[in-house]
Amino acid sequence: MLTGLLIIFPLLASLMLFLLKGEQVKKIALTFAVAEFILTLAIYAGYTAEASNPNFSLHCTWVKSLGIHFSVGMDGISLLLALLTNLLVPIILLSSFSSPSQQRPSSFYALILMMQGALIGVFTANDGFLFYVFWELALIPIYFICLLWGGENRAKITFKFFVYTLLGSLSMLIALIVLYQHTGADTGIKSWEISDLYTAGHLLNPKQQSVIFWMMFFAFAVKMPVFPFHTWQPDTYFTSPTQGTMLLSGIMLKMGTFGLLKWLLPMTPVALAEWGPLAAGLSITGIIYASCIALAQKNFKRLIAYSSIAHVGFIAAGILSANQQGMQGAVMQMLAHGVYVVGLFFIADILMRHFKTMEIEGLGGIRNLHPRFALFFLVILLGSIALPLTQGFIGEFLLMNGIYKMSAWGAAIAGLSVILGAVYMLRSYRKMMLGPSPTSAVTIQLSTEEKAILVIISGIILIFGIYPKPISDLAEPAVQLLIQNMK
Amino acid sequence: MLIGLIPLFPLAGFIINGLVGKKISKSASGIIACGAILAAFIFAAVSFLQMKNSGGNGITVHWFNWIESGNFEVPFALLFDPLSGLFTLIITGVGFLIHVYSTAYMKEDEGFSRFFTYLNLFVFFMLLLVLGNNYTIMFVGWEGVGLCSYLLIGFWFKNHEYNLAANKAFVMNRIGDLGFLLGMILMYVTFGSTAFSEVFNRVPVAKESAVTAISLLLFIGAMGKSAQIPLYTWLPDAMAGPTPVSALIHAATMVTAGVYMVVRSNIFYSVSHTASLVVAVVGACSALLAATIGLLQNDIKKILAYSTVSQLGLMFLALGAGAYSSAVFHVTTHAFFKALLFLGAGSVIHALHHEQDIRKMGGLKKSLPVTFLTMLIGTIAISGVPPLSGFFSKDEMLGRVYEYSPALWFIGSLTSMLTAFYMFRMMLLVFWGNFRGSKEQKHHLHESPKAMTIPLIILAVLAALGGCLGLPEAFGFSNWMQENLDPLILRKNPSILSHATEYRLMGIAVLAALSVIYFAWMLYVKNNVLPAKSENELKGWQKIIANKFYVDELYDKLFKKPLDLLSQALHLFFDIQLLNGIVDGFGDLVRFIAVQIRKLQTGHIGYYLAVMVIGLIVLIFTGMKI
Repeated sequence: MLTGLLIIFPLLASLMLFLLKGEQVKKIALTFAVAEFILTLAIYAGYTAEASNPNFSLHCTWVKSLGIHFSVGMDGISLLLALLTNLLVPIILLSSFSSPSQQRPSSFYALILMMQGALIGVFTANDGFLFYVFWELALIPIYFICLLWGGENRAKITFKFFVYTLLGSLSMLIALIVLYQHTGADTGIKSWEISDLYTAGHLLNPKQQSVIFWMMFFAFAVKMPVFPFHTWQPDTYFTSPTQGTMLLSGIMLKMGTFGLLKWLLPMTPVALAEWGPLAAGLSITGIIYASCIALAQKNFKRLIAYSSIAHVGFIAAGILSANQQGMQGAVMQMLAHGVYVVGLFFIADILMRHFKTMEIEGLGGIRNLHPRFALFFLVILLGSIALPLTQGFIGEFLLMNGIYKMSAWGAAIAGLSVILGAVYMLRSYRKMMLGPSPTSAVTIQLSTEEKAILVIISGIILIFGIYPKPISDLAEPAVQLLIQNMK
Repeated sequence: MLIGLIPLFPLAGFIINGLVGKKISKSASGIIACGAILAAFIFAAVSFLQMKNSGGNGITVHWFNWIESGNFEVPFALLFDPLSGLFTLIITGVGFLIHVYSTAYMKEDEGFSRFFTYLNLFVFFMLLLVLGNNYTIMFVGWEGVGLCSYLLIGFWFKNHEYNLAANKAFVMNRIGDLGFLLGMILMYVTFGSTAFSEVFNRVPVAKESAVTAISLLLFIGAMGKSAQIPLYTWLPDAMAGPTPVSALIHAATMVTAGVYMVVRSNIFYSVSHTASLVVAVVGACSALLAATIGLLQNDIKKILAYSTVSQLGLMFLALGAGAYSSAVFHVTTHAFFKALLFLGAGSVIHALHHEQDIRKMGGLKKSLPVTFLTMLIGTIAISGVPPLSGFFSKDEMLGRVYEYSPALWFIGSLTSMLTAFYMFRMMLLVFWGNFRGSKEQKHHLHESPKAMTIPLIILAVLAALGGCLGLPEAFGFSNWMQENLDPLILRKNPSILSHATEYRLMGIAVLAALSVIYFAWMLYVKNNVLPAKSENELKGWQKIIANKFYVDELYDKLFKKPLDLLSQALHLFFDIQLLNGIVDGFGDLVRFIAVQIRKLQTGHIGYYLAVMVIGLIVLIFTGMKI
């Protein structure tokens, strides 16, 4: 029941916001988002990891003749991603407070909350059709956020993003329908329930499994995005308003990795064994490829965009290694990435607002103006290059272990990003933050909201880097269950 | 219980100074930082004595389970044993002296409390590095000290060059760290754990190829951290940091982490002869190369930096030869005399208002008597003249290397001779002869304050007497260092060198050192030879050495430039043109087809009727039944 509430609440809040007007709307939106987060914490408090079935499930019939149910529930991974989403959404809302106010604020905030509801739906759905519905529902608000509040060239760029991911979704829908057609082999009753889809997938012959595997992989690969399906991403991240970029990189990207983990790996085990290494190879290629391109970036926002492709490639490769460490590392890295990438984009946003540029060469010596800002930036940056005792390290270390079990060379090549990441991140930090004081008379004043965001993000990066147990206690059994389902 | 607190003192110092350092006075901030290290030292000393008295060989403190994933578990746990205990004593003991020194050295700096914040954080990570009871915690310290090194090299962050040096140090260390990381993962895959207690037992029964691979990968980490070929070029640049940092991080503690790691992993290197040979050869080459470059350096700190690379090379040479306790002995004495020399150099630089070029010094004996005398002791110690500490440790190492390979012994001995030469070249040019600086500088010449000279004196005493920690058995002493570490050396290979040979090797070493010193004296004091004013005056091999064999330039051409080119090419050509072009092309194709199909819908009824008739005719003729 509570899971259902978690989905419905932001959607209703979103509807309400559409009807409101005026500046107050952002505070109302934030209140709703905080309430949603508290509700998630309540679910976390009541969650028991021992139960093999999902907690807090809700199962109602939707379309009886087609076997479609409104079936949602929480396993460890869903809960972690719900926590991430509902933690990040208030932060993302808060991050907009310091910007000059948007046009049509009520629509802007309503769309963000609508997106939140859809995302929670994606992460908790246990019915294939429902999963698809939420998956598409999540695309609509972000499309409008980017289209209406974006920067230069937004119409063309957003359209490409929309069509590309829609193409991926269609491919997934067809694959799901095929799986649905094969359900009910023993009972004769067709169903969209995830466990029935798993069973149906296992019964397919290797050729059919391979087709399903690649169709679904395409959908998730575009969403993440994984090389070579990433070309929509840098432009979209760059043009979107900061909040849109944060939603895309912080949360929406996890739809792809989550899909891979829960909706693909256990579905087609034979195809996974056959094609997994190739798909992982693409992901690993993407790590190095995107890291190299990040080196050439002159704009900080684009640099983060490319580094995000590298990091998500790491996560995808870990998932495709299909072992405990790789998959658990992926879950932990999904959370870490969500936090630090939002932090990095927020840093970029602050720089943009104060200096009217994000060109790395155009900035310098900012540390002289605001040492504490530089310190927060450094902590977030260290999180992104996975220094031990930051959250990023735990995930990356487990990912490396997992990938190594699949291929030693794969791990060694993926590991090169450890070096390249340090090169491009520290280079841009040096150029933007260090050096003599800038000559222009700009000063940096951080508002209370901005300080709060930076403290929360840096705090999470450090706390869960030092003590990741609360996260691994949820992730570990959930991943074990997925591995059982793969057999 | 005491042991768990040792690293927490510097951590607390870091947190307090980090939070309120700017609001409290400089002296309060200094007292907090020094007090934290002193407390850690006292606790370490008490724990060490307790451990020795109880005859125990290690105490484990379990904090919490850090990483848990299926069969892979990493506890956050500490191990205090004779090896980590000794390193803890060095880190906190020498560290404390350097902290005290810094309170005077950094007095005028606006970043005073920030400096101590970083310094305490460094000590915390360094203690984690040596106290971790598994490789993963060692790695936490390993990368943590790298971060602090980065922060402290670039401490004066307004200077562009310093920032570049800091970045270079971090990146080169990360290259090594990747090796360490992969070694650790291979270790987990092979042994199912990274805990010392579990891994070491299983090494002798593991496949030798796996042991060799792990040993070599871990050693890549050591190359980065301990500045060995090919990852040594960051250390000379790291001299951009404040001098106490060079003394603490880049001489006494962090750079010896590689030695610690190899000694800790001694069973790996004892099993894999390939790996130990690589360690020995890399060490020997680094020792000789750095000593050669040291001959013609004119920056007082760079001379010491190359000397550090060279001394570390000697230690790795000894490690490769299986002389684990001798290398730790040299780490200890080196920590004393090299910290002393760096702090002495700092005192000189302080007196001359940030002058580091020895060509602009000279004749400082009288104005800086304490600095002079203490540095002289350090120089004699590093040159291997008995009875100062360096003689004993270096002699013990070279004796064992001789057993392993006389050729490598020759390289080691040659390095020692070069060391004696460049060190005395530095001393003689700085303290003898006439002052070559400006009148302004001469006017302001002064001995440093007590907070700086007292640490110098204490370190000088240690540098002089440190040899007592490992007196040679050939003279009928019992070697404390060897007995202390004996339980940790899992595969024993005691020295079988006859006493006669040992005496002979000692004699050769002492004679060589003394004659080189005499030669330097003749050159720089009797004949007043001065180094060339500029590099342009140098020719042939001198020019090559003065330019450090052009290794930096080579790395630039081999790695940095191609990588930049590759990234540009991938970005502009492959990503934007090709991949994006294909995707857009696909979209254009769809649009093109749509446009063509749209042409069919003209809206003329006659056209539709004509098409319908043609269609019917085709159907009839092809014999299809409707």
